[in-house]
Amino acid sequence: MYSKEVIDHFRNPRNVGKMENPDGVGRVGNPTCGDEMVIYIRVKNDVIDDVKFETYGCAAAIASSSITTELIKGKSIKEAMQLSNKMVVDKLGGLPQAKVHCSVLAEEGVKAAIEDYRKKIEGI
Amino acid sequence: MKVYLDNNATTAMHQEAVKKMLPYFTDIYANPSSMHDMGFEAREAMENAREFIAEHIGAEPSELFFTGSGTESDNIALRGIAFSKPKGSHIIISSIEHPAVLKTAQVLEKEYEVTYLPVSREGLVSIEDVENAVRDNTVLISVMHANNETGAIQPIAGIGEIARQRKILFHTDAVQTVGKLDIDVKGLNADMLSGSAHKFHGPKGVGILYKRKGIRFSHIITGGHHEKGIRPGTENVPGIVGMAEALRISSGADHERIRKLRDMLKNSIMEAFPDIIVNTPENSVFNTLNVSFRGVEGEALLLTLSQHGIMASSGSACSSGDLEPSHVLLAMGSDHMTAHGSLRFSLSAYNTEEEIKYTAAMIVKAVERIENISPYKKTE
Repeated sequence: MYSKEVIDHFRNPRNVGKMENPDGVGRVGNPTCGDEMVIYIRVKNDVIDDVKFETYGCAAAIASSSITTELIKGKSIKEAMQLSNKMVVDKLGGLPQAKVHCSVLAEEGVKAAIEDYRKKIEGI
Repeated sequence: MKVYLDNNATTAMHQEAVKKMLPYFTDIYANPSSMHDMGFEAREAMENAREFIAEHIGAEPSELFFTGSGTESDNIALRGIAFSKPKGSHIIISSIEHPAVLKTAQVLEKEYEVTYLPVSREGLVSIEDVENAVRDNTVLISVMHANNETGAIQPIAGIGEIARQRKILFHTDAVQTVGKLDIDVKGLNADMLSGSAHKFHGPKGVGILYKRKGIRFSHIITGGHHEKGIRPGTENVPGIVGMAEALRISSGADHERIRKLRDMLKNSIMEAFPDIIVNTPENSVFNTLNVSFRGVEGEALLLTLSQHGIMASSGSACSSGDLEPSHVLLAMGSDHMTAHGSLRFSLSAYNTEEEIKYTAAMIVKAVERIENISPYKKTE
């Protein structure tokens, strides 16, 4: 059912954990639906210097968030904003139709984290 | 270690039952309806199986029919009764039925009235609720003998008694109890009953439908005269023979030993996780244990357990491909997160104490691992 990339990221998720004093936090989804992701980012000179995630959800959800952290780490904010769920699915070698929403949630999580960061620096 | 704890989903066949089936594939393979010696032999094997299974559930052989599955038996019973009654007639089922009954009732709701009985926090139908739900135009009540997800045993005899008094037909989906609990259709006051071979170490693709003598209903599958027209189609003789043998072996198993192992697993989990939610009530089939963890999702737990060789199932939405989690747990009043975090362990006679101890240890590991990834960690 799952590709080997999904299995790998599920068994060995990268960048798991909370971040001390994150520059931006994106919390998306909700446990009622069975999927929730928290993306933490640290930004230096407009580049995503560090990223961490916590996910409540199935293997596809965990794999999606894990691979997403790898996709945006070291990228500029501008580049990271280009992230699409299609990129996540492709990098994972595909997701079953019923699990594609996990990749969408990961995209939303990143964008929410960046939005949060922007709000903080703009002092809103 | 490979530990199979998903017996409510399906079971391994008893080797002896497999052996009994083999001649009927390549040696005595004739159609039991055929007018020659091999046909007669095949028929004899089938009728012997019928006699044995009927006797086992307290029925006459003429009241026992072979079908292709428990789902098929449920469909034949529910649709058969409904279509033989006026449109708009009233049907009562429980809200925790297997989809074979639930989905069928939902489809029938287009032309019939359906009441879905609520269940208690423990997942039990109340006889009082059945009594209050009965109307003048109620034609059928269907409540499962035991729930497949939690193992909760329903008060079937009592419900059947109400049906009998009010002259309403009563069907029970006994797919999870045939081969495990003692079944006596008269004691249960059942007019119809469904069973399925692959739940009691028989082959997949064959089931039973008990229908009390004198009950007439519409035949929803049409064709030849097999099974008195109730389920036409050349009979699955090897499957039927295998089913009877599996029933013979399974009903004689040491059920108390399985119960002890189930209780051992339950106690180990409760000790390791003091705030675990146990969804299986006291009055449950001896082999089933359903628990809920908070903060961790079922499919993730299942896959981690599977990595360690342990096979179980879950009520989470993700593990079923649905958007909604277990309708059974929700009907019991669980919130979504509790339902998403549920695990079902269903044992069989083939499990050992060593396997259970190993499983308990691996559950702790699996929960810890998934919890570490979750924003709902216990220890911050």
